Amino acid sequence: MPVLGMTPADDFCQGTKAALAGGTTMILDHVFPDAGVSLLTAYEQWRERADGTACCDYSLHVDVPRWHESIREELEALVKDKGVNSFLVFMAYKDRCQCTDGQMYEIFSIIRDLGALAQVHAENGDIVQEEQKRLLELGITGPEGHVLSRPEEVEAEAVYRAVTIAKQANCPLYVTKVMSKGAADVIAQAKLRGVVVFGEPITASLGTSGSHYWSKNWAKAAAFVTSPPINPDPSTGDHLTSLLASGDLQVTGSAHCTFTTAQKAVGKDNFTLIPEGTNGIEERMSVVWEKCVASGKMDENEFVAVTSTNAAKIFNVYPRKGRVAVGSDADLVIWNPKATKIISAKSHNLNVEYNIFEGLECRGAPTVVVSQGRVVLEDGNLLVTPGAGRFIPRKTFPDFVYKRIKARNRLAEIHGVPRGLYDGPVHEVMVPAKPGGSAQARASCPGKISVPPVRNLHRSGFSLSGSQADDHIARRTAQKIMAPPGGRSNITSLS
Amino acid sequence: MMQKFHCDPDLPSWLRLTVVYFAVVLSDRLLIKGGRIINDDQSFYADVYLEDGLIKQIGENLIVPGGVKTIEANGRMVIPGGIDVNTYLQKPSQGMTAADDFFQGTRAALAGGTTMIIDHVVPEPGSSLLTSFEKWHEAADTKSCCDYSLHVDITSWYDGVREELEVLVQDKGVNSFQVYMAYKDLYQMSDSQLYEAFTFLKGLGAVILVHAENGDLIAQEQKRILEMGITGPEGHALSRPEELEAEAVFRAITIAGRINCPVYITKVMSKSAADIITLARKKGPLVFGEPIAASLGTDGTHYWSKNWAKAAAFVTSPPLSPDPTTPDYLTSLLACGDLQVTGSGHCPYSTAQKAVGKDNFTLIPEGVNGIEERMTVVWDKAVATGKMDENQFVAITSTNAAKIFNLYPRKGRIAVGSDADVVIWDPDKVKTITAKSHKSAVEYNIFEGMECHGSPLVVISQGKIVFEDGNINVNKGVGRFIPRKPFPEYLYQRVRIRNKVSGLQGVPRGMYDGPVYEVPATPKYATPAPSAKSSPSKHQPPPIRNLHQSNFSLSGAQIDDNNPRRTGHRIVAPPGGRSNITSLG
Repeated sequence: MPVLGMTPADDFCQGTKAALAGGTTMILDHVFPDAGVSLLTAYEQWRERADGTACCDYSLHVDVPRWHESIREELEALVKDKGVNSFLVFMAYKDRCQCTDGQMYEIFSIIRDLGALAQVHAENGDIVQEEQKRLLELGITGPEGHVLSRPEEVEAEAVYRAVTIAKQANCPLYVTKVMSKGAADVIAQAKLRGVVVFGEPITASLGTSGSHYWSKNWAKAAAFVTSPPINPDPSTGDHLTSLLASGDLQVTGSAHCTFTTAQKAVGKDNFTLIPEGTNGIEERMSVVWEKCVASGKMDENEFVAVTSTNAAKIFNVYPRKGRVAVGSDADLVIWNPKATKIISAKSHNLNVEYNIFEGLECRGAPTVVVSQGRVVLEDGNLLVTPGAGRFIPRKTFPDFVYKRIKARNRLAEIHGVPRGLYDGPVHEVMVPAKPGGSAQARASCPGKISVPPVRNLHRSGFSLSGSQADDHIARRTAQKIMAPPGGRSNITSLS
Repeated sequence: MMQKFHCDPDLPSWLRLTVVYFAVVLSDRLLIKGGRIINDDQSFYADVYLEDGLIKQIGENLIVPGGVKTIEANGRMVIPGGIDVNTYLQKPSQGMTAADDFFQGTRAALAGGTTMIIDHVVPEPGSSLLTSFEKWHEAADTKSCCDYSLHVDITSWYDGVREELEVLVQDKGVNSFQVYMAYKDLYQMSDSQLYEAFTFLKGLGAVILVHAENGDLIAQEQKRILEMGITGPEGHALSRPEELEAEAVFRAITIAGRINCPVYITKVMSKSAADIITLARKKGPLVFGEPIAASLGTDGTHYWSKNWAKAAAFVTSPPLSPDPTTPDYLTSLLACGDLQVTGSGHCPYSTAQKAVGKDNFTLIPEGVNGIEERMTVVWDKAVATGKMDENQFVAITSTNAAKIFNLYPRKGRIAVGSDADVVIWDPDKVKTITAKSHKSAVEYNIFEGMECHGSPLVVISQGKIVFEDGNINVNKGVGRFIPRKPFPEYLYQRVRIRNKVSGLQGVPRGMYDGPVYEVPATPKYATPAPSAKSSPSKHQPPPIRNLHQSNFSLSGAQIDDNNPRRTGHRIVAPPGGRSNITSLG
């Protein structure tokens, strides 16, 4: 069940067709609302589009591109009435869909209350923007600028921050597109500390490397442009597959979102304009088998887990999907581990003229694919019915995720310390009174409050407001009361 | 000292004058005999002769003028005076000023064996850095009892700040600036601002200090905790968990790593923040960490004290970690070099001042004591426990700070030509820290009751004895401002080389001459089309028609605006065939 970003080049029909050809029988697509479009409206648009054209079952994530006041109501409506239980927030794309940390905390809190799952696109958009500026100023305009402006550290930093926010909000977190070792390591370490976090590498990060950004062929280099970028470190794929095998990462997606070369060429003079996205929906299963199972890193059961079952559990479609069991949906694949296939743009089922895995030889391929009980792939022949795909609504509070969250919610209750009332002397906070000629006016310090020092009428026994008769008398500022009149009261003494 | 040179009334008058003159000069001369000199790299027995505020000679059987005051060290350690790089002796908070000013603060410092401080200038947000610097400079010049230098905190990133920073670095002798990642809507900087500030400060050759806590999340947590009805000092610790400190450290290092500039984390208060620094150092970024006396000597369990005044006394940011194993852990990292400097963050407020926040922990002025206790606490936790040797002790209390902030070897080393800031240290002396005997003006001490091994016996500042036999004898205003030059070698040598080797280059390519998708002018489609929506691709909103890119150069309303445009415009086989440069291969 890959996560498919809807694309200009491959629509629901083409995309799901490719998915089925590769042995994927269900997709979860991202709804990305345009500026000015409500989440609900965007959701309906996507439903309309997908219902008529999808060839396999599908479900929808909703992206939250911008913070607004009524977000709680919108999310609640989507969760309660529309069968959506996962929402993506962006930490990148500054001034467009980037969330601040405070907004993320609030969105995560809402998501936790609703029993949904918080997904995050983790890159530090502030740094990316600054780096883009710097690189363009240096005269670097080609696709290599894309990866240079979005280094691995910037991805890892955002993952770390997302994990921190999720931990504070006690909200489960799902990191989409884990593209680098650094990011994956942060997730693995967070799991060691007990954070409920899931990580999803994608076909591209497992099956190829970012060295192609430096290709002399612009079109080829541009084809690899996606965010976070594919890592130039050639050992990344190996590292990520090891983490998948050990369970530190759990799901494989594709983030399939392809653009034709002509579309990519919009950014031919400026890498920041190249539309982002790579293919992978069709290749995902084969690439994972080749890299993980054929290499001996994981067994066939784990393969099923990372390509299907874990996703079903996390997104709450288990055991309807993700398991061969009585009562489950008849989405089945007959897998031939001995089949060998060379991935090529010439033979793929996509609308684009390139394939980032061009020439990759994969052992393991589907022989027969059954979707909704009907054979859709047999002997290499694809027989799909556009519009046959059903929307699969998903319920909230997936047990796989929320059992732990619920228990922690109960434990995390915090209590204040019961104390007697403090009855010692209190320094009188100077309001606008400016001691004549004194150097330190009412400056401030990292005292979180400071501005503006409004007189709190409840706290002060001095309850008249407005100008006072003694306003012209400079007030003492650093008034220290070592021995208050009446002696020190017990509660203020140190013991 | 003059009294020691009574002139014999029988002497001829010319001779009498000479003796008096001699005695005046002599008061600046000191000989420390029989001590063991401890520098950060080695220890050896030697006598030290001080004159005119400088170390003039080191060795055995020194030839010195007669009648020089001699201190018998009896084999005790002679160490470079401590440098406390993190103090706030004039920090304003809600119209209050920290209880210890430059006089009381530096007096306490000297009593504890610290002979130089670097204080933070904290300008009111929006006010000029230069003006505030002058204000601090003036206050310190008239009050300080020991040499000092100043960091300037960048409390807001305003127009004109660059020029001021340049002036501060080039003319004012300031080479270190602090930025804040916390205190939302007050001092906090966004990541973009941090990136800008770091880039600029790197260009100036400055040391970048970071107060690392995630201010956005703290604001959220404070709101939540106050809503729950928790108003006491425990709310301070609860609203600033160590994860938020670690997160900000991670982010600061990431930003600094991108820019290839050194970054210095002030107040490392928790294990996880320290771990992030440790990990980062292994990967290469130039990062330095400074735990403070409080995080090494005590812990955050006191926030839950039933005594409000006591709990409030511990309020500082980042807070002391409630995990009691933290001091031990941080000390180990200091011993192995993963953390490099110890400060104090000294900024105490009286109980009455703290009580401003008696009904709301967010109003409690932040700051703890530590300027006097720092050296002793570090010795007790680190050397007396066998974690580090005396040389490493000198390194983390004095030498490393001098190197990082470009004071070395004038400060931080016992060597000929260095300043005569020297401490004779007694490792065996046991002292119990208590508010009853401390030099600070506040009525509490966060280390109350702690029994410490190791203490200064004699403290010499600018060549004069200021502390001896438990008696402190200081002069207000004798402390000099020590200007610091930019580009400290200790940090910037590596930066320069890294700059050289990390030059970025583009890929030389032929011009792309294939088909280019025409970006639609306005995304109005009759039917929801699959191109305008979708995916966080960067170029989308707003889809402005790029007239340079498109050969369709009319603007304004078009005759075909009402026809839905083709969106998934795919050119698999462009007219004229595919050009070579676009084909894959």
